[in-house]
Amino acid sequence: MYELTEAFRIALAQIGAHKMRSALTALGVIIGITAVTLMGAAIHGMDVSFERSLDLLGNDVLYVNKWPWTNMVDWWNFVNRPPILPENAARLNKIIAATPHSLLEVSVPVCVYGVSVKTGTHQASGVFLDGTTYAYARLLTADVVEGRFFTPEESDGGRQVGVIGADVADTLFPGQPAVGQSMMLGGQPYRVVGVLSRQGPFLGRFSYDNQIFVTIASARKYFGTPRNGGTEVRVKVRDPARMDDAVDELIGAMRRVRGQLPGERDNFTINQQQAFKSQLDPVKRVIALVGLFITGLALSVGAIGIMNITFVSVKERTREIGTRKALGARRRTILLQFLIEAVSICVAGGLAGVAVTFGLSLFIAKSLPNLPVDLSFALIAISMLVSVVTGVLAGFAPALGASRLDPVDALRYE
Amino acid sequence: MNPPPEASPPPAALPRPRPIRPPGPLVIAIDDVAKLYVMGEETIHALRSVSLRIHRNEYLAIMGPSGSGKSTLMNMLGCLDTPTSGRYEFNGRNVAAMDDDELAAIRNREIGFVFQTFNLLPRSNALRNVELPLIYAGLPPEERRERARQALADVGLGNRLDHKPAELSGGQRQRVAIARALVNRPSILLADEPTGNLDSQTGVEIMALFEELYERGNTLIVVTHEEDVARHARRIVRLRDGLIASDEPA
Repeated sequence: MYELTEAFRIALAQIGAHKMRSALTALGVIIGITAVTLMGAAIHGMDVSFERSLDLLGNDVLYVNKWPWTNMVDWWNFVNRPPILPENAARLNKIIAATPHSLLEVSVPVCVYGVSVKTGTHQASGVFLDGTTYAYARLLTADVVEGRFFTPEESDGGRQVGVIGADVADTLFPGQPAVGQSMMLGGQPYRVVGVLSRQGPFLGRFSYDNQIFVTIASARKYFGTPRNGGTEVRVKVRDPARMDDAVDELIGAMRRVRGQLPGERDNFTINQQQAFKSQLDPVKRVIALVGLFITGLALSVGAIGIMNITFVSVKERTREIGTRKALGARRRTILLQFLIEAVSICVAGGLAGVAVTFGLSLFIAKSLPNLPVDLSFALIAISMLVSVVTGVLAGFAPALGASRLDPVDALRYE
Repeated sequence: MNPPPEASPPPAALPRPRPIRPPGPLVIAIDDVAKLYVMGEETIHALRSVSLRIHRNEYLAIMGPSGSGKSTLMNMLGCLDTPTSGRYEFNGRNVAAMDDDELAAIRNREIGFVFQTFNLLPRSNALRNVELPLIYAGLPPEERRERARQALADVGLGNRLDHKPAELSGGQRQRVAIARALVNRPSILLADEPTGNLDSQTGVEIMALFEELYERGNTLIVVTHEEDVARHARRIVRLRDGLIASDEPA
């Protein structure tokens, strides 16, 4: 026990006595740990933003599309499918209503367009316009923070009202309440009845905040009905825990809606958050493994530096080792002394590396907000553990050599 | 390393008659000990056959020219090395059969080393140097400090506790080393050419300190090639070619 505190004292004194050498050795570890933690932070950040993005799809919503989200192999099969039509949703709702104990709650049609929108003074282009029905309010992942979603009457009557995303509200009506204001969509005046809460980007590519919901009847009237994938049916399920059964029920119902014969292949695809996730997980894992392997190489260079300096330290202090052994130091004591010295340099380098990563991640968050970097507490703990393990691995061979020195030879060493 | 023997000056007159303390219990019993070193195709008989009994309260000098085997014998006595054959019992325990850690424990508790080159840790002050054996003995810090302070006071360095070796004279360094050797109250003090790196005046002072330590009840073994140093002992063992050439009172 006292040997341990003594070993720490010796290690600190030794590092203090060779500041430059220790600092240069630690630099290797600093670079290695910075690379590893930065990579870890980037992977974790990607993961977090990916999860958040998928949450925007809703874990209780099934998407009926002409195309699958992930599999593009069977292209000819998909392109020849008849389009999904908004009317499919109305038929589907009738079937759901007629099914006792249905696992499906409601279906809504969504027609998606890319549009420009303007007021007298401001304009936003590249906005996603979603034509849908009042029932979509039940599928929203965002909250309506101002005003309301549109009513059944507005929806059925094809009234020119819209609910806008947070970015659209900021662009068109900066610093003023948006609800009650008017905006021009495709040359037609629409009244804003609601504003959605901010949701952030989806996989860093497009934003749900850059979105406008309008009544589907008015959208189809002015913009037409998109046929090749631009129209989809979204279905809310009652119990996400029974998702597989809900998918089976939906497939059966959709085949009836689409008038498909038995034995015919489905001419639609049910997409869902979970399937998306499981498709991308292996990709994520490969990215993480490759990234950590490459940055691990940087760390191993640092470890070699530690090993080298520990060998030098043992060589330089051979006589001291002999003296300590003559005074009663056991093998274990000598081993521990040099191990702790190596680990101390490693941990100091690791701490500095984490600090560098922390600074860099703050800088990245500020200058490149779309690049997700997340330095978690767990990551810091892991990197400290990695530092300790690196120190032990790198210091073990020289420390073992020191502990096995013959006291007579060591005392005689010049 | 050892200079050729010179015509030694007449012995300094000792200030008072030297007391001889009656021998205590047996500490070291060596029977027919040999040590071989194999170097390539050559086998070197550093010790051929040595038998020796050393009791508590003895003051022994081991003498011999270089190559006589005295360093090997000293390493053996100090439990730094084990014999190739023969028996070595320290306080009745068979040293030849001990492993490294058991030998370390014997060195820590039973033997105090004093080296020709002092072998102090340069970055530690006198107090910390003297504490070192007590750390390996597992003593708590307060007790260590107290005993180290006392040991330094006993060799006349009670006012040099915070000095690093570089801030001390050669004689003072050797006193620190002697305090370190005695701090764990060993059965024997084993000194290897203790005056070899000191000027003659300081050497005389260190030998006077040894005399004092002997009279205070310590058991001393001094390995030396200098007649002047050996003359202080009560018994002189002379080695030649790995054998004991003579063993008689001084």
